[in-house]
Amino acid sequence: MATVFQRTESLLPVNIYCPGCAHGIITRLVAEVMDELGIAGKTVGIAPVGCAVKAYDAFGCDMIQAPHGRAPAVATGVKRAAPDNVVFTYQGDGDLAAIGTAETVHAATRGENITVIFVNNAIYGMTGGQMAPTSLPGQITQTTPYGRDVAAAGYPVRVCELLSTLDGTTYAERVTVDNVRNVNKAKKAIKKAFQTQIDKKGFSIVEVVSTCPTNWGLTPVKAFGWMRDNMLPYYPLGVYKDKTAEKKGDAAE
Amino acid sequence: MSTLRTLIAGFGGQGSLFFGKVISYCGLHDDKNVTNLPSYGPEMRGGTANCSVIISDEEISSPLVLNPDTLVVMNLPSYDKFVGTVAPGGNIILDSTLIDKKVEREDITAYYVPAAELAEKHNLQGLANIILLGKFLAVTGFTSLETVEKTFEKVVPAKKAHLIPKNIEAVKLGMEL
Amino acid sequence: MSERVLMKGNEALAEAAIRNGCRHFFGYPITPQTELAAYMSKRMPKIGGTYLQAESEIAAANMVLGAASAGVRAMTSSSSPGISLKTEAISYMCGSDLPCLIVNVQRGGPGLGGIQASQADYWQATKAPGHGDLHILVFAPCSVQEMVDLVGKAFALADQYRMPAMILADGMLGQMMEPVVLCEPGEVQMVEKPWAVTGHGGRRPHNIVNSLFLTPDELERTVKERFERYRKIEKTEALAENYMTDDADYVIVSYGACARIAKSAVLAAREKGVKVGLVRPLTLWPFPKQDLIKAAEHAKEFLCVEMSMGQMVDDVRLAISCSRPVSFFGHTGGIIPTPAEILAEIEKMAGGNA
Repeated sequence: MATVFQRTESLLPVNIYCPGCAHGIITRLVAEVMDELGIAGKTVGIAPVGCAVKAYDAFGCDMIQAPHGRAPAVATGVKRAAPDNVVFTYQGDGDLAAIGTAETVHAATRGENITVIFVNNAIYGMTGGQMAPTSLPGQITQTTPYGRDVAAAGYPVRVCELLSTLDGTTYAERVTVDNVRNVNKAKKAIKKAFQTQIDKKGFSIVEVVSTCPTNWGLTPVKAFGWMRDNMLPYYPLGVYKDKTAEKKGDAAE
Repeated sequence: MSTLRTLIAGFGGQGSLFFGKVISYCGLHDDKNVTNLPSYGPEMRGGTANCSVIISDEEISSPLVLNPDTLVVMNLPSYDKFVGTVAPGGNIILDSTLIDKKVEREDITAYYVPAAELAEKHNLQGLANIILLGKFLAVTGFTSLETVEKTFEKVVPAKKAHLIPKNIEAVKLGMEL
Repeated sequence: MSERVLMKGNEALAEAAIRNGCRHFFGYPITPQTELAAYMSKRMPKIGGTYLQAESEIAAANMVLGAASAGVRAMTSSSSPGISLKTEAISYMCGSDLPCLIVNVQRGGPGLGGIQASQADYWQATKAPGHGDLHILVFAPCSVQEMVDLVGKAFALADQYRMPAMILADGMLGQMMEPVVLCEPGEVQMVEKPWAVTGHGGRRPHNIVNSLFLTPDELERTVKERFERYRKIEKTEALAENYMTDDADYVIVSYGACARIAKSAVLAAREKGVKVGLVRPLTLWPFPKQDLIKAAEHAKEFLCVEMSMGQMVDDVRLAISCSRPVSFFGHTGGIIPTPAEILAEIEKMAGGNA
């Protein structure tokens, strides 16, 4: 029998996510990109606090488990100490856009030559479904039981738009993984983000708009539907910044 | 001399810390033990800056100079603050251009040096502190003029090296007063 | 051997770190340690090292975590309020068995406190430099020379035992200039770090730097193993100077800059015929209990002198099992105890014997 699909080498055989969670797809895409670029042996990944907290068990490359929100600072330390390594962070919305906002913004503004994979599913998953910085206006969560009231809880953060304003950001794209076409586009973006780093062109981020079937209380299929109807209008897909053609490959090390 | 305990005080910018640095390096060059404890923080910004220096043949335990053997003061607030602290039998060297007071204590020796005025007169602008240092050298004999000359070559930054002769001239002027 | 040079404490700390193989410094400005960072910013680019001014103390400490994970000698420095922000990363580094150097040039607290010299972070450094069951190595130099010497020791022991080390200095030591002899860079021995994350290169399973153990048994086993290491360190690495303690009826316990002033008071008291000695811990964790136990064999009474409200007193009492009275004299941030004040305390302690 012919093998038509198999686990890529840098994705280890563990199960760290809820059933139906799109994290599984995104994690696999990152692993596939590492293997296709042949960089797994020199890559260091930074796992955050959040749903991907145990990503260190899933990725076959060397891994660090970072304090909540600090992945870009930890990645900076690794990259400065070992500039020949490829360094990426894999962060959720609470990690990246709430507690780690300063670390995210300043790694970008330094043009730190690292790659950030940002999974935005508009909720805190690991702790059980609280409001995230990217939760939508009116969205019901455990800590916004009457819906996110922007007068009291403020507005969602659009990360790609925000980081695109910074001179240090080389590449920022927002993608999703709700169908084959989008999965392929997401993989292409992730690959480009890693290539940006390999070419020493500076800070790259791929925001993946994702789902949380468990805490949204929806089936995986309906969760993608809700994401398309509610999240994509607020977080439009597309390339927000691409200076890869202009940058000279002299990112700080 | 086995131990010299001195306090140099003035406004920030008058060069009291540089004075302290120069005599500390002299101690180093003479192979003695040295501590140099500067004041720091907001008092440096336009307030009073002072510097405690101990130069000794012995190991120095406390670096504090609470009762200096020789006090050098460059402004009135420093004079008022520290004149009472000089150890009995000790010295006070003051810039009499800027401090219009006579020392009332009879248990210490006062040296009135119109340093700021002399600096103007001898084309040694900005070197009033070094004129005082010359007097300090003459009064305490803590080191030799050769050591002071050697020290200037060490502590004056390369881009200001052309000022070294002026500094030495200022020291000699102070010594002769 | 290098020549004797005159250096400010903060700058000497920086130069010593460089000479001990540190090429990665991550910092954030705060008085009174700023000269350390400034020195690094000047030197590191010239020797192929990294000086990075982070967006916060939190980020700086986490950059140290990252660089240490990659196996290099990394450091950060700060002063009291900034150290509070670093405690998160310190805890993670303890939990991940990462070596690094943290310098605390202490100032007065709590809160924004003051900017003058203080020793009020003793509790933080020795009891709770972060959340969880943990210790870090804490060194307490009393001179610029000792700061230099202890930087080398701190890096070496941090690497050996795979844990963070701290130089607990203060504003006085940081700002003070003294002659110092620096080590030659070639004298430093680096250890292998097979656990470091620098890419497996297809030659080994992936390395993971991690402090998360979701299974309680696994967490306890890990922590207990670490504490066995701590017990070994307590037995072998405690350091203290015992000054005139052999025949001392009264013993002062003091560390850091404060101990130098105490030493002046000891000399003055000896001149008056009072048999006083000084035990000066050079390591605050591990605490030099044996030196105190030995001093307690003949001493009638102990006096702690600190620039705090007496944070070390309980450790002295515990070390000697409360077998002798332990009193305290000190000031908080910025008011440095004078030799005369300490002498007066000694005379009070010695009562009519003085």
